Amino acid sequence: MLRARTRTILGAAATLTLVSAGTSAPVPKNLPRGVSPTLYEIAVPPDAEPTPERVALGDKLFNEKRVSSNDRVACATCHDPAKGFVDHKPLAEGVAAPAQRTQRNSPTVLNAMFNLTQFWDGRAPTLEEQAKLPILNPIEMGQKSPDDVVTKLRGIPEYQSAFQKVFGHDLTYDDLAAAIAAFERTQHAGDSPFDRFVAGEDKAIDASAKRGWGLFNGKGRCSDCHAFSTVNPLFSDQRFHNIGIAAHKTDFIDLARKATAIVRSGDLKQIDELAIQTNLSELGRFLVTKNSNDVGAFKTPGLRNVAATAPYMHDGSLATLWDVMDHYNKGGVPNPNLDGGMQRLGLTEPEIDDMVSFLASLTSAKLAAFGKQEMARQQARKNVRPERDTAAAMGKRGDLGDLAPDPDPAKPAAFGVLVRKGTTYE
Amino acid sequence: MSRGFKSIETRHYEERDAFFAGLASVSRRSFLKLAGLSAGIALGKGLVTPHSFQLVEVAEAAERFTFAYISDTHLYPRTLNDRFVRAILKAVDDVNNLQPQPDFVLMGGDLAQLGRKQELDLGRQILKAVKAPVRMMVGEHDWFLDMGGYWKSLFGPENYSFDHKGVHFVTIMSVQEKDFWTERGMTPEQRMQTVAGLDNGVQSRFEVGEAGREWLKNDLAKADKKTPLVVFSHSPLYKYYRPWNFWTEDADEVQAILRPFEHVTVIHGHTHQLLTNRIDNIHFHGMLSTAWPWPYAPEGLPKLTIQQNRADPFDQFDGCGDGTVDVVESGLVNALYNLWDRNPVTVRASYVASDGAQEPPPRTKLPSY
Repeated sequence: MLRARTRTILGAAATLTLVSAGTSAPVPKNLPRGVSPTLYEIAVPPDAEPTPERVALGDKLFNEKRVSSNDRVACATCHDPAKGFVDHKPLAEGVAAPAQRTQRNSPTVLNAMFNLTQFWDGRAPTLEEQAKLPILNPIEMGQKSPDDVVTKLRGIPEYQSAFQKVFGHDLTYDDLAAAIAAFERTQHAGDSPFDRFVAGEDKAIDASAKRGWGLFNGKGRCSDCHAFSTVNPLFSDQRFHNIGIAAHKTDFIDLARKATAIVRSGDLKQIDELAIQTNLSELGRFLVTKNSNDVGAFKTPGLRNVAATAPYMHDGSLATLWDVMDHYNKGGVPNPNLDGGMQRLGLTEPEIDDMVSFLASLTSAKLAAFGKQEMARQQARKNVRPERDTAAAMGKRGDLGDLAPDPDPAKPAAFGVLVRKGTTYE
Repeated sequence: MSRGFKSIETRHYEERDAFFAGLASVSRRSFLKLAGLSAGIALGKGLVTPHSFQLVEVAEAAERFTFAYISDTHLYPRTLNDRFVRAILKAVDDVNNLQPQPDFVLMGGDLAQLGRKQELDLGRQILKAVKAPVRMMVGEHDWFLDMGGYWKSLFGPENYSFDHKGVHFVTIMSVQEKDFWTERGMTPEQRMQTVAGLDNGVQSRFEVGEAGREWLKNDLAKADKKTPLVVFSHSPLYKYYRPWNFWTEDADEVQAILRPFEHVTVIHGHTHQLLTNRIDNIHFHGMLSTAWPWPYAPEGLPKLTIQQNRADPFDQFDGCGDGTVDVVESGLVNALYNLWDRNPVTVRASYVASDGAQEPPPRTKLPSY
């Protein structure tokens, strides 16, 4: 009790310091369970406070197809709020579809506000910078320049007055991005059965999901990158790893040749176009850092609502969570830049089912019905397993490492997260 | 490893290496236009101001030849541990895909973990896949089960020398120990296990020993003092940290034998980390291990060492790797640490020769450990 109180006092002191120093927007009182107030403080600068006016305008703009060049594509086209803020297509489609599709799978907006970097390759530092780029991408929303967007929206009376009211001046491209970002800062992923389990509600998840949670932290080696704690409950290390997805279908010779040609370019927009339009996209984080150890590396996505956001990976190449398990179980797809953490897992079929059960327990309450429907759809094609390689997974072929031990779910201390009554996100 | 694995890796590295080889050849042509051999020597010794960047870069290209290394693979039988097998295979693929190929590949010792036949056989089998000629060095993990018996039957004598493109190379066995086992009645396995422990105080300190030093003196007696000398030893031929045997007890005597030579480089294994030292005219470069990185010792770290920061414990390859060594015109070397899952680091002859004043390698932003 004493310790808890001390922490509260310290927490309050920290908040005071932050507020008085003006380094953070006020933390909303009604954050869902599973969202960390500490992370919120870090993630939202004081001038980016999602005020109700900005949020309402941002919500409208997020669904506004007239932001695109041909009035057919809104942010919500690929990030559908009703479906976990994704489009459920392997690769995102914009104004140039069906002739041309992008090279990347639409990531969810839920919890995007907590990402240290935006996009699969982390090429944008903030939500605002992120919002500006798809609008100008010829394949996504097809606008030629910020000026074109501004001119078009200023010509629509409702926006002219709305921006005047919210920002106090004629709309600018920065304002547009600020409004969309404000809306995105209200889209959190939390309030899942797993969060109730962590808080001590033992029956919130079933026995299979509990076994999966044990595997997640042990034999499955998932928690090494999809890290979880009560202060950082995102299930992501926010880093970039080559797990072999790019190597699946990529001719590295060809890619490396092209990479050398653009390696001197640091122009954000040029990299953006290259990443979206060409097969250079498979170079991943390398396009941003130009570091050879980032070839084929992509951001570790958070896992919340993963059951509702199929298909998976940066290119949407894995259709179900069973495919994802198969991919990791065999140690990924070997390539010279494969992350050293990728090794065979030796998971049996029942263990894979348990892992999937656990992942399904991360679905937010507001997406529960949709998540259930998605899991039923995935379950129905459980016998289609293009990624399965049992010989590699079980160590009958290849030299892909030793198996990690499993912590016992009955001894929660072994997880580093104390599952007990009263556990809260800090 | 499946065929598919190698072919992807091979193709990627060919591309990458062709790119870097292309850069080097441009510099070499510029070098011929711009500077003579003497300038190269001056640059290699770090006698030119660091501001003349172009010339410095040119000097780097003026290498005589390159050799590669794979070190401290610590193989267990495949059935017990295949992580280390995976790591040495990655290293073999690395060196096989160097373009141009290195003149030879040094195996820096500790091929096996506990000196067992099946471990050494496994290592020998894997090293057969190396395209370039392989030069072997023995480590304590190869030696103390049968005092080098099986290792020598596979790879030949533990001390040997050879001349290559004007450089005299010496491989010296530096991990002899005083007999601590007879008095204690230890079995060969117990003796091996004792030596294999990093901080096991029962064992004695490593040494070249009197016989080894005599052999070294005799070998070097034939060589001209102006000949660049490169020495391979498993333990560092200086006194770094005694409790972990990052140490050679008779290092002072050995250095005295080497010191009369104008250009001396010691390449050593055992320490599994980025490690750089200079004592008078002797440059020391530690080799990376393919198996695991050691932390830095709590004291005694040579000041020229640019530390690698803590390895990611989840990432089998982080902090590990292999490397290449360019012997430059000065007769000294640039050591490239090919750190897997990190960016490569080159420790240049000019950096060591100038006592750290010139061309320092990039320092890590994160704390060391």
